Amino acid sequence: MTSTDQQPFLSVKDLKVHFSTEDGTVKAVDGLSFDVAKGKTLGIVGESGSGKSVTNLTILGLHDPAHTTIEGEILLDGENLLTSSPRELERLRGNKMSMIFQDALASLSPYHTVGRQIGETYRKHTGASKKESRDRAIEMLRRVGIPQPDMRVDDYPHQFSGGMRQRAMIAMALVCDPELLIADEPTTALDVTVQAQIMDLLKDLQQEFGTAIIFITHDLGVIADIADDVLVMYGGRCVERGTKREVLRSPQHPYTLGLLSSMPSLEGPVDVPLSPIPGSPPSLLNPPSGCRFHPRCAFADKVSGGLCSTAQPALDVVDGRGSACHLTLDQRDEFFADFAVSRHN
Amino acid sequence: MFRFLVRRVFGALVILLIISAVTFWLFYAVPRDPATMSCGKNCTPDMLAQIRHNLGIDHPIPVQYWDWLKGIFVGRDYAGFGHCDAPCLGYSFANREPVLGTILDRLPLTLSLAFGSAAVFLVFGIGTGMLAAVKQGKWQDKVASSASLVASSMQIYFVGYLAMYLLVAKLGILDNPSYTPLTENPGAWASGLLLPWLVLALIWTANYTRMTRSQLVETLSEDYVRTARAKGLSRANVFFRFAWRGAMGPIVTIFGIDLATLIGGAIITESVFSLQGVGRLAVQSVDKSDLPMLLGVTVLSAGAIVIFNIVVDAVYALIDPRIRLA
Amino acid sequence: MSNATPLLDVSGLTKHFPIKGGFPIRRTVGAVQAVDGLDFQVAEGESLGLVGESGCGKSTTGRLITRLLEPTAGTISYRGEDITHAGRRQLAPIRSEIQMIFQDPYASLNPRQTVGKIVSGPMEINDINPAGGRENRVRELLEIVGLNPEHYNRFPHEFSGGQRQRIGVARALALEPKLIVADEPVSALDVSIQAQVVNLLQKVQQELGIAFVFIAHDLAVVRHFSQRVAVMYLGKIVEIADRDDLYGNPRHPYTRALLSAVPEATVDDDGPVRERIRLVGDVPSPISPPSGCRFRTRCWKATDKCANEAPPLVQVEGNKPGHLTACHYPETEALIPARLSKNPGAAA
Repeated sequence: MTSTDQQPFLSVKDLKVHFSTEDGTVKAVDGLSFDVAKGKTLGIVGESGSGKSVTNLTILGLHDPAHTTIEGEILLDGENLLTSSPRELERLRGNKMSMIFQDALASLSPYHTVGRQIGETYRKHTGASKKESRDRAIEMLRRVGIPQPDMRVDDYPHQFSGGMRQRAMIAMALVCDPELLIADEPTTALDVTVQAQIMDLLKDLQQEFGTAIIFITHDLGVIADIADDVLVMYGGRCVERGTKREVLRSPQHPYTLGLLSSMPSLEGPVDVPLSPIPGSPPSLLNPPSGCRFHPRCAFADKVSGGLCSTAQPALDVVDGRGSACHLTLDQRDEFFADFAVSRHN
Repeated sequence: MFRFLVRRVFGALVILLIISAVTFWLFYAVPRDPATMSCGKNCTPDMLAQIRHNLGIDHPIPVQYWDWLKGIFVGRDYAGFGHCDAPCLGYSFANREPVLGTILDRLPLTLSLAFGSAAVFLVFGIGTGMLAAVKQGKWQDKVASSASLVASSMQIYFVGYLAMYLLVAKLGILDNPSYTPLTENPGAWASGLLLPWLVLALIWTANYTRMTRSQLVETLSEDYVRTARAKGLSRANVFFRFAWRGAMGPIVTIFGIDLATLIGGAIITESVFSLQGVGRLAVQSVDKSDLPMLLGVTVLSAGAIVIFNIVVDAVYALIDPRIRLA
Repeated sequence: MSNATPLLDVSGLTKHFPIKGGFPIRRTVGAVQAVDGLDFQVAEGESLGLVGESGCGKSTTGRLITRLLEPTAGTISYRGEDITHAGRRQLAPIRSEIQMIFQDPYASLNPRQTVGKIVSGPMEINDINPAGGRENRVRELLEIVGLNPEHYNRFPHEFSGGQRQRIGVARALALEPKLIVADEPVSALDVSIQAQVVNLLQKVQQELGIAFVFIAHDLAVVRHFSQRVAVMYLGKIVEIADRDDLYGNPRHPYTRALLSAVPEATVDDDGPVRERIRLVGDVPSPISPPSGCRFRTRCWKATDKCANEAPPLVQVEGNKPGHLTACHYPETEALIPARLSKNPGAAA
């Protein structure tokens, strides 16, 4: 970690985001650390309530400050965002870091033309004139592959198709050449053929601009396509991280393993039932004690002393690879072997 | 837009036609005879027939209605009053004055009352609603919400008399309510109507506070508002150009209908403050079984509502590009 | 499929939603051609998957089969009886045999009714009194779908999304149906829960012998659940085949493109990769679909013939019986099952 290009562009350290509600404290994110380097894509996988979206809204400073307590550090290019002033964050948002959301129709203003929404970000951060920002909007629309951009620039979002809206959203996020792009389930609402187009577009744009991308999704298939590194979240914590290859090929956490084996595939045997993870994702209001996954874990009884329900396993990270589980590595090799056979033979 | 206007104006005319016909029919459905009422004691059948002839009510009801309709477009000749130019709404049974003239006399007061109080309740209602929405859950919100609850449960005849007693009689801060035409003396116009404006506005303000607050709370949690913040736009910019824009549509809709209702006459307000507006005219015409006047006021109020509805729809389409007028 | 009368026989099924417009008098000026001339059968106990992207008409098809929508043209026969335009009375005995499961487990359960009331609702409406009473039957159904029968008196909000979908399944099973139309039954659920519900539906289908029309956009889920699969595009079936034929030997270019676009959770950094086809553009509007073959505007093989002639849905050369493809230029090579051909040793 000595050379400058190895320096992480974004570094999140021991982040805790707690909301106070009438029913108690929701520990949406509870001690999360990760780094993203320039030009790299970190995939964050998790289900509803895993804290993946909250984490990223917090990075942008878009959480509701009234009922939120935040601890930890978020360093963007060395600057701690959690201690930055609101004005400072406004200067960074849309400029140095930007975000695209899942539902492009709801996320674009229905009252303003697509061109205006793209252009105003540019104007805000560069002080360009109306004419310049409109030209820039047209250029961005062209770059994200919208046909006849000089005509479509004056359309409203509802006049665009689903795929085009997500392209417009990407154009808006990239208009100021941000160095960090957070994509929160950007393809979940799209059809598969359009999803493939959008992911190709993101990859191309990343190549061109060297943007660091955080790609949030529940779909491990999407992760396999786009991510370099993967972070698996469960109940507000990171349970496993590593390179895409490490996590998908040889998962070390029972939850990751469960996710992979519960997914139906286009290949392989079909006459056997899927292997679901029993139970439901945890409530963050009253999370399970110890390891938050233990009530659903197939291997909780393999750990002696009931450790899984009493002690929170530590996340030991060596060279970016780690998992938070009480099972020994030998145990995992043994128990997880079936998985490797069924998936890769 | 043109197609929309043509279609809607045509629809509006049909509605007005139906409303006037129903009013006509309802008036006669109750057994009463305006001629007998104005004939007085010592009435002979001959005199009665003469009065009926003079008033133009000696024909079957459908024919009378047809005559009334025709009068609006081509004018009408009365045996008792001579010629009445188009648009002719007839003559009052009660005081024999032309209906149109009477309404036009009363209308400026009613319009002054309606637009004046509307200006007050829009500014205060929307202002307080915005404040409450921005300070959601804080003391400002709680004060605004409870105050508007109290205000909306007030009644004009209570607040009106109380205000007259306190502000006019006791403290002498405000003038006794009166009407001076705006063109004659703007100062007197405003000072004479200030009290009715404020009292009328008080109750409506509360509605607009609550409506503005709830609309804004909803739009502030919209995804596109979050996106606008994610682009780095300032809080104020996002609030007015995104959240408020979205909240405006429903408020405009309600406002259009409220304003039309006020133009039809703020009956209680006019009575409390002894102002001779369209509302009191309506009450009087009902009292006196004055069909032509009643029809005139009804068509005016219905017309106001119908026209403001068209205006509201057109404005809504300007606010929200997703709405296509057809 | 046997030669006996199919449970469900759909022929030329068409649904056009009229578009109003015009001036000065409003009239029908066009139509959204949501479903346009579908032919397919479902045998007893069989599961047919309907896949396609949004706007392809798969959900409309489900609603037509269950007669929630009135078809514009075509016929729907159930056990050989034409029910296309059947009235309330004629449908009454059939309604209980055809049930539906919906996508949104939050919106499709009445929040003010207990689970017991929700599941026994269909029995009440149809005045069915099972031996042992309705309550016992409900408890039995809750058990079948993997819920605690003791939760009889709870309300939907006390359950998680996956459990709610189980309630929906229990309700659909209440009348011992012969056919269940499941419209995106797992797409609103978390990944770890989807498999639970798919397994449940599979168990129900196999153990109770219920035929399914399984509507989904997720090709992997459909592959897992359905014995036969129909691929729809812009209101038409472009290909229908047994599961193995459809996924292993797709002949229609659209089926290929669709399959190649599905992201798989495997790392393709060694060995042959799956075929990779990227369609350009968007699905055209169903108000004015392209002439001839509706897929031609996005197809890399399209010629003038495709614009002039709509390809019929037939058994093209090289297809097994029952494998029908609507294409003038069907693909000829079988898909390489990429990872299956890999050296097993390379995985570990």
